[in-house]
Amino acid sequence: MLQYLALAAILFAIGIFGVLTRRNAVGILMSLELMFNAANINLVAFNKYIGAAGLTGQIFAIFVVVIAAAEAVVGLAIVLLLYRNWQGIDVDQMNIMKW
Amino acid sequence: MLENTYLIPFYPLLAFVAILFFTRWKERLSSYISIGMVLIALVHSLFVLAAMLSRHGLPMEKAIPFITHPSLHLELGMYIDPLTAVMLMIVTIVSSCVQIYSIGYMHGDPRYSRYFSYLSLFTFSMLGLVIANNFFMLFIFWELVGLTSYLLIGFWFEKKSAADAGKKAFITTRIGDLGFIIGILILAAYAGTLNYQQVFEKVASGVLAPGIITLAGIFIFCGAVGKSAQFPLHVWLPDAMEGPTPVSALIHAATMVAAGVYLVARAMSLFVGSAEASTAIAVIGVITSLMAATIALVQNDIKRILAYSTVSQLGYMIMALGLYGADTALGHHSPGFVAGTFHLMTHAFFKALLFLGAGSVIHAVHTNDIQDMGGLSKKMKITATTFFIASLSIAGIFPLSGFWSKDEIVATTAGHPVFMFLALTIAFMTAFYMFRLCFLAFTGKPRVQEKYDHAHESPNTMTWPLMFLAFLSIGAGWVGLPWLSHGFSSFVYHEQIHHSEPSYILMLASTVVALSGIGLAYMIYYKQRFSADALAEKFKPLHTLLYNKYYIDEFYNIVIIQPLLKFTDFLWWFDAHIIDGLVNFVGWLIIKWADIKQWFDQYIVDGAVNGMGYACMAGARLFRYLQNGSLQFYTLIVIGSAVGLIIYRVTSRGFIYYLLGASIMVLIRSIIRTSGMEKASTETNVQD
Amino acid sequence: MEAESSQLVFYLLSFIIVIAAICVVTLKNIFHSALFLILVLFGVAGIYILLNAEFLAAVQVLIYVGAVSVLIIFAIMLTSHLTSRKIKQSNEQVTLAVFICAGFLLASLASIANTVWRITDRPMPEHNTLTIGKLLMNDYVLPFEIVSVVLLAALIGAIVLARKEGT
Repeated sequence: MLQYLALAAILFAIGIFGVLTRRNAVGILMSLELMFNAANINLVAFNKYIGAAGLTGQIFAIFVVVIAAAEAVVGLAIVLLLYRNWQGIDVDQMNIMKW
Repeated sequence: MLENTYLIPFYPLLAFVAILFFTRWKERLSSYISIGMVLIALVHSLFVLAAMLSRHGLPMEKAIPFITHPSLHLELGMYIDPLTAVMLMIVTIVSSCVQIYSIGYMHGDPRYSRYFSYLSLFTFSMLGLVIANNFFMLFIFWELVGLTSYLLIGFWFEKKSAADAGKKAFITTRIGDLGFIIGILILAAYAGTLNYQQVFEKVASGVLAPGIITLAGIFIFCGAVGKSAQFPLHVWLPDAMEGPTPVSALIHAATMVAAGVYLVARAMSLFVGSAEASTAIAVIGVITSLMAATIALVQNDIKRILAYSTVSQLGYMIMALGLYGADTALGHHSPGFVAGTFHLMTHAFFKALLFLGAGSVIHAVHTNDIQDMGGLSKKMKITATTFFIASLSIAGIFPLSGFWSKDEIVATTAGHPVFMFLALTIAFMTAFYMFRLCFLAFTGKPRVQEKYDHAHESPNTMTWPLMFLAFLSIGAGWVGLPWLSHGFSSFVYHEQIHHSEPSYILMLASTVVALSGIGLAYMIYYKQRFSADALAEKFKPLHTLLYNKYYIDEFYNIVIIQPLLKFTDFLWWFDAHIIDGLVNFVGWLIIKWADIKQWFDQYIVDGAVNGMGYACMAGARLFRYLQNGSLQFYTLIVIGSAVGLIIYRVTSRGFIYYLLGASIMVLIRSIIRTSGMEKASTETNVQD
Repeated sequence: MEAESSQLVFYLLSFIIVIAAICVVTLKNIFHSALFLILVLFGVAGIYILLNAEFLAAVQVLIYVGAVSVLIIFAIMLTSHLTSRKIKQSNEQVTLAVFICAGFLLASLASIANTVWRITDRPMPEHNTLTIGKLLMNDYVLPFEIVSVVLLAALIGAIVLARKEGT
């Protein structure tokens, strides 16, 4: 089981890296998908090796997938909006949160 | 009318207040108010006298409590008896005359209103002194009188001699007053009361030990010595002549200096309890009288002659009263009390007249030196005539008032040969120096022509009082004619009426003495049979001694004043160096301490405060990089912090390394980024 | 034998996933990144199969690879003119991000290694999909319904956000 968890950790770390470094908003969204997947791997792995019998982990993973899809939809809509208002989706230039 | 006697002092007080607060700028009005009020007081006093006569001298007392204490009961009250009534008359009459006279004399003075307000205040004090019913009140007014005396002597305070004379008078009388208050305190302590009648009852009933009575009597007499300018405190009175002449007439001849005599008369019931004290009084009186008379023989200042004459006459009265006390204490009858008070009255009138006359002369010739006068009778008929009348009166020429009173005093000395001889000697000298003055000033040829040319008769406001007083100088003594069965002696008396049979031998003797004195003066100064200068040359040591007033002032100067000055110098030195040094040292310490505190405040406290400010600013400068508005940077912080928590959960040492590294990198990065962002933001602004 | 082969498959998949993921977050061309993302998602689907989650693997392929990836590619196309540029696709906080990621990774691995796991290697249900369907329609019906509402809300929200103003 541990190798699955390690893989999930690595994947999650890469996702974090992407979120923190990507200048492109779409890139950030993609990195987030990576993190979702890492979490899902964990859930499914736990489902298989730990706890009572059943498929609770997989159910949760399904919900995560659904929510991730919803998140992707909304996120991309926001990206479009940003693109329209800022003539770009470079997160670096979005410093209005200062105010 | 008697019940309202207490109002009498308040009339002048009203005038004083009114002038002080309302009419100071209206000089005429001020003087009229003052004179009007004193005239009202005079009329009221007349009624009081009449009422007193109608009840045959029965005393009247009225008082309200002032301080009530188990050990001492003080009250404010009035005690009216014939002596009081007579004193009221003297004070109000002389005061009225002097104030009217002052209209002319003080004309054009820059402090005209103030002068009248002082006179009113003085009159108030003197009247209050007279009607007081206890020693405590007496002392209050006694001091008030001293104060006004000081103010009026130093009225022309621009003149240093006047200011000095005021101080001298005040301080010298203060010495006597110290004794006075000691005497009062002795009475308060042993008799438990200060009311005249209660004290006298205790004296009469023998509650007080004779020693205490003697002690209290002598101390109280000290007050009289100071106020009445008796030896050895007489030195202030001649100097007091620096004041305006009407003031000299009112205060330093007729009324205030008579207060000492009044005090002795008033406290006579006390003195009759102690033959020793009374004898001391008589001795002091005669010494003073003799000494002042001898000094007066050779003086040249017209006012000083009169001043010494006053001292001499006061000593005369004191002597009479003292002899009365001594005689009565030993159980003998004596006319001394009547004589003293009678002479007090007559003297008040003719001495006031003399002073006012002298004032008139000075007003005319602007000098005090009789050697610069001469022949003035041609130009100043009224002044000269009245002055001669007063001189005859004081010399004791029949039938002027001075004759009768002086005769009584001489009669008092009947049982005491030494006193009698001295009294007659004094009478002789009195006659001599008065007529020396008269002849030098009013007869003969003018010695300084320009002053003579300048001389003129004084205005009516000045001559009327002279004439009125001249009338009194002639007639006031007639109330005490020895042939009258209900004269002065049966009105003003102490305990029992003493009718002395008219002694024609004594009358003759005193007349002879007076006439011989006048005759000698006539020979020397009018006919100039003998040269005054030659006589002075012949008795040069004596003349010098007298001319310098027995060197008493100089003696005081050496014995008391100089050591005192040395001592005060020492005290000043002590004060300036030791005390001030201490004070300055303390001040220096405080300043140093304040310096330390200031330093502390400036550097530590302010430093802390400013440091906080700087720290805040520095922190803000640092932390503002954290809020750079970058979404990803915020995310970084959030995730980094979360990771930090995870690491802390796993390993605390690693957490520290992580934290250190992350913090440093965050800072460096944020600084770099902000500088970049600022550029970017300016670009953004340009875009907008 | 089976275990060893599955181990081998796992390591192969892991290698692919990690490499592809790194490419996703580092490549300059965002379109290439998206392609690598699809690769990652496929890999993850393979991992699911290894973990006896066939249904989930199918869902992963359908939703992620089929829908989300297409969506992402659409977005990239719509904002296309950026993608062609050869600009730096990462910002200045790379070093710090690496540091944090390394810290996270080390901490995670350490905690994974340190934790005492009570592993019960029990058999998985035979009919995986059937069981999931029953669970969703029985035990988890409420979350299932709520998730559908969430999806609807996301749909409407996306439309509201994305449509041009005034239209």
